[in-house]
Amino acid sequence: MPTALDWLRRRPLLAYALLAALLIALPFLVGAGLGRGWVRVLDFVLLYVMLAIGLNIVVGYAGLLDLGYIAFYALGAYLFAWLASPHFGLHLPFWLVLPIGATLAGIFGALLGAPTLRLRGDYLAIVTLGFGEIIRIFMNNLNAPVNITNGPQGINLIDPIRLGDFSLASPVSLFGLQFHQPHLYYYLFLALTLATVFVALRLQDSRIGRAWAAIREDEVAAAAMGIDTRNIKLLAFAMGAAFGGLAGGLFASFQGFISPESFNLMESIMILCMIVLGGMGNIPGVVVGAVLLTVLPEALRHLGDWQRAVLGHVAVDPNDLRMLLFGLAMVVMMLYRPAGLLPSRQRQREFAAEDGVAEQEQASLYDSKA
Amino acid sequence: MDIFIQQLINGLVLGSIYALVALGYTMVYGILELINFAHGEVTMIGAMVALAVIGALLGASPELPGLMVVLAGVLVAVPACMALAFVIEKVAYRPLRKAPRLAPLITAIGVSIILQNAAMLIWGRGYISFPAILPQGRHDILGASVTDLQIAIVGLSILCMLGLVFLVERTRLGRAMRATAQSREVAELMGVNVNTVISATFVIGAALAAVAGVMVSAYYGLAHYYMGFLLGLKAFSAAVLGGIGNIAGAVLGGMLLGIIEALGAGYIGDLTGGFLGSHYQDVFAFMVLILVLVFRPSGLLGERVANRA
Repeated sequence: MPTALDWLRRRPLLAYALLAALLIALPFLVGAGLGRGWVRVLDFVLLYVMLAIGLNIVVGYAGLLDLGYIAFYALGAYLFAWLASPHFGLHLPFWLVLPIGATLAGIFGALLGAPTLRLRGDYLAIVTLGFGEIIRIFMNNLNAPVNITNGPQGINLIDPIRLGDFSLASPVSLFGLQFHQPHLYYYLFLALTLATVFVALRLQDSRIGRAWAAIREDEVAAAAMGIDTRNIKLLAFAMGAAFGGLAGGLFASFQGFISPESFNLMESIMILCMIVLGGMGNIPGVVVGAVLLTVLPEALRHLGDWQRAVLGHVAVDPNDLRMLLFGLAMVVMMLYRPAGLLPSRQRQREFAAEDGVAEQEQASLYDSKA
Repeated sequence: MDIFIQQLINGLVLGSIYALVALGYTMVYGILELINFAHGEVTMIGAMVALAVIGALLGASPELPGLMVVLAGVLVAVPACMALAFVIEKVAYRPLRKAPRLAPLITAIGVSIILQNAAMLIWGRGYISFPAILPQGRHDILGASVTDLQIAIVGLSILCMLGLVFLVERTRLGRAMRATAQSREVAELMGVNVNTVISATFVIGAALAAVAGVMVSAYYGLAHYYMGFLLGLKAFSAAVLGGIGNIAGAVLGGMLLGIIEALGAGYIGDLTGGFLGSHYQDVFAFMVLILVLVFRPSGLLGERVANRA
């Protein structure tokens, strides 16, 4: 295998073409191999990749620990639901609602960022966590006296993404293949995920990206080099939040239904886990982390089948065992790859360095005692 | 006025429980700068183990005095939680001591998922009720009604805190803990066995958490495999509010958070003319937390840290 990989590495165009073909065929391969339900899982994988990339801007690039990220996802989702569902009787087109959602989430991101600029490390984490909880509690309770969020019941019948007569919710037949709703959304999500990956990669190497890295490694030194740390940090919050808002809007239209249940603290924590587990600050790592942590709990749903195959009967209810094994997997993966599965090159170097150097190199805001 | 005093007392009871859990967070943070996310789950396990023991004892002989049965539950829960915390530290945190600082945070989250689901496997998904075996006397203090249980909770918490202060300020182990918190390397050079000290810190925090877990389940009359999450979150907020790493701060933060929550629940409806109901009490608590941190970025009693330590 390594020789085949080397061979491909010398032919990047061919490799990209193969990857593209794989990504395009994936929903059909997965649908044929594992069943239709898995195509939906694929859609969620892509949503989480978007979210993880958004949070990675805040945590991985700028080194600001954010535990309330799901609030922006919620904002995007609720905005989509308000502007495109029978709840308020509004049915605006998606190309208007999605940008509004992303912008609003971005503004909220900056609003949250502004008072927290003086905080660092864990104090910032707890404030962002509080903010996320506040948003969730409001969504849960704003059904009286004026019904804005419809409380815990959530909002139903959200419009699918629709352009003219073409709706992503109704199946299409093309080249003899049936494209169902999860397939159609898959291609939309894929395009947008690739766009976010592209933006995130370009941001990383931009002037702003380098400013983020400088703040992450040493804020005082960054300020001394003439970086406007306040605005650059606010920008990180706003940009990360905008990605979250976009993903939220997509989630609302894909699901057709949202409730505060989907936006609890555990979700924020899971997205953070995706980043750290995959390799913070490194886009391929973040993608791998998001894929792994979304697919693993779904795959573990089949524990019942495996038990039947091995033991002949179901010994333990798979639903009870599922998350237990998931937690175990998280601990074990972290113990074996403390820098993440695919750490960025810089962090790999920091790890390989001699002890004394390593300690000094790791002494940045988010990777050691700040 | 009656409501005010009543809510103040309720808040004080809730606050002393928060404070006990917050102490575990703050001690570990003081020494390792690690947010021990699994601490809330240790509290939950404490409550569950105690309830299991209480249930077994009552099943064996129902005429045993209630106070003794509960005491037996606590006496089993405390060492069980201490052992659990010892193992957690050894397996999930110690190997990552030199790793980037978010790595142990992830294992902590993993451990708390494991504990939650293990508890669910062992004790089931439902609520477990705390048997009504404790004395149920009520007293009238300044027009507010106070139960024996509330007095016992506050009293026992104060006792535990005094014990902790004595341990940290007056014993050899306490001195070693303070030295390790200041500088691990120098403490090591002075002959302190840092690993023992860190283990001891986790174990002591877990003992307090076990007591707090039993208190919570007795106070609300319920225990549940998910109860540790919100309790841990509140307690961690309390520790941050007071200035994390600071023992007095954790107590102050816990008490304040409890009182703010209780008063918020009692008055938020009146304050907003019925627009916001008592289910906004958590919003209230988090708002205060955020405001305090915005104006005092290192908590109420936290030391002012220079820009880069």
